[in-house]
Amino acid sequence: MTTRLFTSAVFAGLIAGLIAVLLQFTLMQSLILEGEEYETGNKSHFGGVLVINEALEASGEAATEVKEEPENLLKRYSLAFFVQFIVFVGWGLIMVAGFAVADRFGRKVTVKDGLLWGIAGFTAVHMAPAIGLAPELPGTPAAELELRQLWWVTTVIATAMALALFAYGRSALFVGIGLILLVAPHLIGAPRLDGYAGLAPPELSGEYVARSLAVSMAIWAVLGLAAGYFWNRNADI
Amino acid sequence: MTVLTRTQTSTETDTGLMPIVGAFAAGVFLIFFAGFAQATVFHDSAHDTRHTLAFPCH
Repeated sequence: MTTRLFTSAVFAGLIAGLIAVLLQFTLMQSLILEGEEYETGNKSHFGGVLVINEALEASGEAATEVKEEPENLLKRYSLAFFVQFIVFVGWGLIMVAGFAVADRFGRKVTVKDGLLWGIAGFTAVHMAPAIGLAPELPGTPAAELELRQLWWVTTVIATAMALALFAYGRSALFVGIGLILLVAPHLIGAPRLDGYAGLAPPELSGEYVARSLAVSMAIWAVLGLAAGYFWNRNADI
Repeated sequence: MTVLTRTQTSTETDTGLMPIVGAFAAGVFLIFFAGFAQATVFHDSAHDTRHTLAFPCH
């Protein structure tokens, strides 16, 4: 059982991590780097007009911060590669632990079920928290980090439990408890700032949020399918 | 007899809850370091990925 769990999770996590890296570099990284141009003050925008801060650009200190050396970029890209693998092997482990629990209740998880688990994972880990805490482009001020992390973790756990109750609950009572868990974090509300102080243009932030959700959904669908596939393939170990 | 008992015990352990709890805990551990740990080394290494995946970050 231990071998089955870990092998399935590691293979699924590696495949999802690979997709994640590809999507991060093709769709996200350029927006992150552009957001940082506004975060560091190298660029600013007023009334739809782009202003490039030449004084900052000219000074050596800012230049090293904003315009990265090729070896820095290489380091940055390799780290992203590594971290994506860690994250999705991590989520893969949690997902196959869920498969094993479903198995113990006599609900066998097929490859297609794996896809549904993936979509559910996306909903719990990305969609639900995004209602209160939208994905942040660098240069977007937000409320205190620990409070946001606490709300994020609570929302992810509550939404995951709600979805599990909807999928596997055996009576209306389970569905009722699920609904309460689904809605409660949003009634409590995510920690927010009183005003808006984002440095990057709203268009850039909007594009960023949409892409972040789309990319996450694609990765989670792959993670669920792959986890379902390896879980069934490794059924005898 | 002794051998038989041991085999039985190891089978019981392997189909028990421990492997499931272990996999879950290992997953949480990885997510914590990649997504949440605030030590500078973790934050800087994971910065772009945290933003991409919308973990609450700095």
